[in-house]
Amino acid sequence: MALPTPLQAFSAVPKGPVEKLSADKRIVNGEKMTGAQAVVRALEDLGVEDVFGLPGGAILPVYDAINDETKFRFVLVRHEQAAGHAAEGYAVATGKVGVCIVTSGPGATNVVTAIADANMDSIPMVVITGQVGVNAIGTDAFQEADIVGITYPVVKHSYLVTSAQDIPRVLTEAYHIARTGRPGPVVVDLTKTAQTEELFYSWPQRMILPGYNPTTKAHGRVLSNAAKLFGQSYRPVLYVGGGAVRSDAGEQVKRLSDVTGAPIVTTLPARGIVPESDPAVLGMLGMHGTIAATGAVQQCDLLVSIGARFDDRVTGSLPDFAPAARVIHIDIDPAEIGKNRQVDVPIVGDVSTVLDDLIPEIERYQAINGKPDLEAWWDTVNDLREKYPMQYDESPDGTLAPQWVVEELSRQASPDTIWVSGVGQHQMWAAQFIDFHKPHSWISSGGLGTMGFGLPAALGAQVGSDRDFDGKKPVWLIDGDGSFQMTSEELAALFFNHLPVKIAILNNSVYGMVRQWQTLFYKNHYSATNLMDGEARQGDVIGEGADEIMDVPDFVKLAEAYGCIGMRAFTKEQAEEAIRKANEINDRPVLIDFRVWKDAMVWPMVAAGASNSDVTYKPGVQPLKGIQD
Amino acid sequence: MANYPASQPGSQRHTLSVLVENRPGVLARISGLFARRAFNINSLSVSPTERPDISRVTVTADVDQIPLEQIIKQLNKLLHVLKIVDLDSANTVNRELVLVKVAADAKTRSDVLEIVQTFRVRVVDMHPESLVIEATGSGEKLDSLLALLDDYGIIELVRSGSVALTRGPRALSEKVVGSEIKGR
Repeated sequence: MALPTPLQAFSAVPKGPVEKLSADKRIVNGEKMTGAQAVVRALEDLGVEDVFGLPGGAILPVYDAINDETKFRFVLVRHEQAAGHAAEGYAVATGKVGVCIVTSGPGATNVVTAIADANMDSIPMVVITGQVGVNAIGTDAFQEADIVGITYPVVKHSYLVTSAQDIPRVLTEAYHIARTGRPGPVVVDLTKTAQTEELFYSWPQRMILPGYNPTTKAHGRVLSNAAKLFGQSYRPVLYVGGGAVRSDAGEQVKRLSDVTGAPIVTTLPARGIVPESDPAVLGMLGMHGTIAATGAVQQCDLLVSIGARFDDRVTGSLPDFAPAARVIHIDIDPAEIGKNRQVDVPIVGDVSTVLDDLIPEIERYQAINGKPDLEAWWDTVNDLREKYPMQYDESPDGTLAPQWVVEELSRQASPDTIWVSGVGQHQMWAAQFIDFHKPHSWISSGGLGTMGFGLPAALGAQVGSDRDFDGKKPVWLIDGDGSFQMTSEELAALFFNHLPVKIAILNNSVYGMVRQWQTLFYKNHYSATNLMDGEARQGDVIGEGADEIMDVPDFVKLAEAYGCIGMRAFTKEQAEEAIRKANEINDRPVLIDFRVWKDAMVWPMVAAGASNSDVTYKPGVQPLKGIQD
Repeated sequence: MANYPASQPGSQRHTLSVLVENRPGVLARISGLFARRAFNINSLSVSPTERPDISRVTVTADVDQIPLEQIIKQLNKLLHVLKIVDLDSANTVNRELVLVKVAADAKTRSDVLEIVQTFRVRVVDMHPESLVIEATGSGEKLDSLLALLDDYGIIELVRSGSVALTRGPRALSEKVVGSEIKGR
C-alpha cells in the first residue's frame, strides 16, 4: 500500500528554489520557449482569434510575447472590467470562448465583476491574470491579490500556475472546461515565475480532469416519460432560457413547439431564440414579462423548462408559480434540477441533444396515442395576447417615450442586428419592444444585472461580428444614462479599434429603475437617483442659462471627445433622422442622446416576492388575479 | 423546493464521504461552498487515504433529503471532487476522537477512573489535580462519556470531526480515477 502523503489539501504553494524535475520526468520534446511565449502559442493552437485585455507589471512577459506575428487580434481596453465584459459579449455573439488577459492585483480584482457576471449567465470565458512570483506569494507583495481565492465563489474552475511546464496543459483544460458542460468562466492565474521560466512546448496536450464528466445525452426512460407527459397535457408551455441559447437550440425549440403545439415563452437571455414574429412565441415571462407569457405559465398544466433555472425574477413567489403544472426540467447542470422547483421529469443533458432525441420520442407516442387537442388552450392564450398587448403611453411633458425610441430603433435596424443592453429600465424595454429575428442577437446581463455591461459587451460583439460575419451584423447598444456612465471610457477602445458600434442612450436623467421602485414602494422619496445629465428640453442651450440645467456630462460632447459622432434627439422627427444617419455610418462609433421621460415606467410588473398571478398590466389593472384554478 | 438554511434542527444526521483530488486548495473550495450556499455542517475532517492521489473528506450534517441532494450536486460541480457517497449508517463504522482534561484530585480520582474503565477509554496523562483522557468512539458514546465527566469538572476539551468507513471488503475509491498533478 502506498504511504499517505502529507495533506496537500491544507498546504499552499511550496516556497524556495523551484523544484527541478528529475531527468526522467522532464519533458524535452518540443520547442524551447518561455512560459509567456507558451501562453500566446497555446492560445493560437486552441484557435483563439480575438483577445481582450490591458497590460500591467505581473503580466508583462505575456504582453512582451504578443507581437506582429501573433495570430490572434488583441484588443486593448481602458479598464479590466471592460476586458471581461468584452470577452462575454464576444462569446455570446459568436458562440466561442471569450478570452481576456489582465494583470495581477487591481487588474485582477477589476475583472471579478465580469467573472461573476459570466458565471451567473453561463458564458464561456477564460480569464488569464498575472500573479507575483512564486516566492513573493503571501508576502503582500506589490499588486498581489489572491485572485484564485477571491474568485472561488464565482468561477466554474480556477488555476494557479506555478511552473511554466503546466501552461499548455492548463490552458487546454481551461478552454475545454469553459465551453463544455454548463459553460462558465475559468480563471488562470499565471505567476511571473511560470511566465519567465523556460519549457519545451508540445501540442496537443492531454487533459487530466478525472472529476469532470458533464452529461450531455439523456437516457431513454426520462425521454419516454416526458413524451407521455406531453401526451397527457392540454395546457403545455415551453419555458425557454439562456441554456437553449448556449446550446444553439433555436431550431430544436421551434420544432418541439411545432410537434407538440405548445406555446413558447422565454426568459431575458433567451430573447430571439425563436423569431418574435412566430405565432407560437408569447414573449418574455416574469417580473416584466407579457401578460400572455406570464398568464400562460400560471395556468399551464405542463411546464417544460428548457435551459432555464427558475430565477426569482421569472417565478415571483415560488409556491405560487405555475401552481397546477407538472414540470419537465431539461438542463445540463444537475444541480439546477430540483434547486428551486420540484420536478416530475428531470432530464440532464445538453439542450440541443436532448431535444433532438425527445422530438422523435414524442412523435412515436403521438403516432400511437394521438395528439391532445390544444384548441381551448390556444383560445385562452390568444385571448390574453389580444386583450393585453405590450403598450405604453406618450410622455406628458413632450419628451420622447423611451418605448417608442426602442420600437423605432427596431423598425429601422437590419434584421441581422446584434442588440446589446446595459442594465435597468432601458434593458427591459429593449427586451420587450425589439422585434428579434435571430438567436445570438441579444446580449444582456441577466443574472448578475451588471450596470455598465453594455458598452464593453457591445465592443466584444462588434469584434465578433467583424471576425465571424465580416462586420455584416451591425451592433446596436441600447443603454441608459446611468448604466452608460459606468464604463463610458471604452469609447476610446471602440474608436481606436475601428468598431462602429451604434449607441442609443435612453437619457431620462435619473437611475430610472431605482426611481420606479422609489415611486412604487418608497413613497416617491427619490434618494440619490437624480443624475442631472438629461434635464435640458428642446430649445434649451445645454450648459448655459437656468441654474437647474446641469446636463453633465454632455453625452454629445463626450462622444466627440472620444472621436465618435454624437447626436441628440428631443423630438420624434429628430430621433428618426438621427437613427437613419447612425445606420449609415460604418467607420466609427455613433452615439445618440435620446431625451426621454424620467417617469416612464416598465409595465407589466410583478412586485418583488409577489405571485406572478398578481401581475400589474398597468396601474390598477391586474388581469390574472383570480383566474387560475 | 428551496429550503434554506439547508440544515435544520431535527433533520436526520447524514455522513458524506467525499473523495477529492489531493491538491492544494481543495479544502478551501469545499468549505467555501458550504458557507456560501448556507449549508450548515456539524463536522468536517480531511485526511490522506490509501491512495496518494486521493484525499478523503468526511462531512456530517443534520439535513433533510432535498437540501442534501442539493449539497451533493453542488459538491459534484467542483472539478476536484471525484466521488461522493452518502454513507448508510447501518453499514458504516463511524468514529470520533476526544481528548479531555478532567479535574481529579485524590478524592475523586478513583471515581473518574471507574468511568474510564467502564467506557474502555484510556488515561494518557495524570497529575495530582487532573487527568487527560483519550477516547474514541461514535459520537453518542463520547457524548455520554462527557456528560458523566462533566460532574467532576472538564478543564479542557478537544474533539475531532467524525471519520467513517463502510463495512466489508470494498473501498469507495475502487474505479475512481485520480491524478498525480500537484499544482492547483
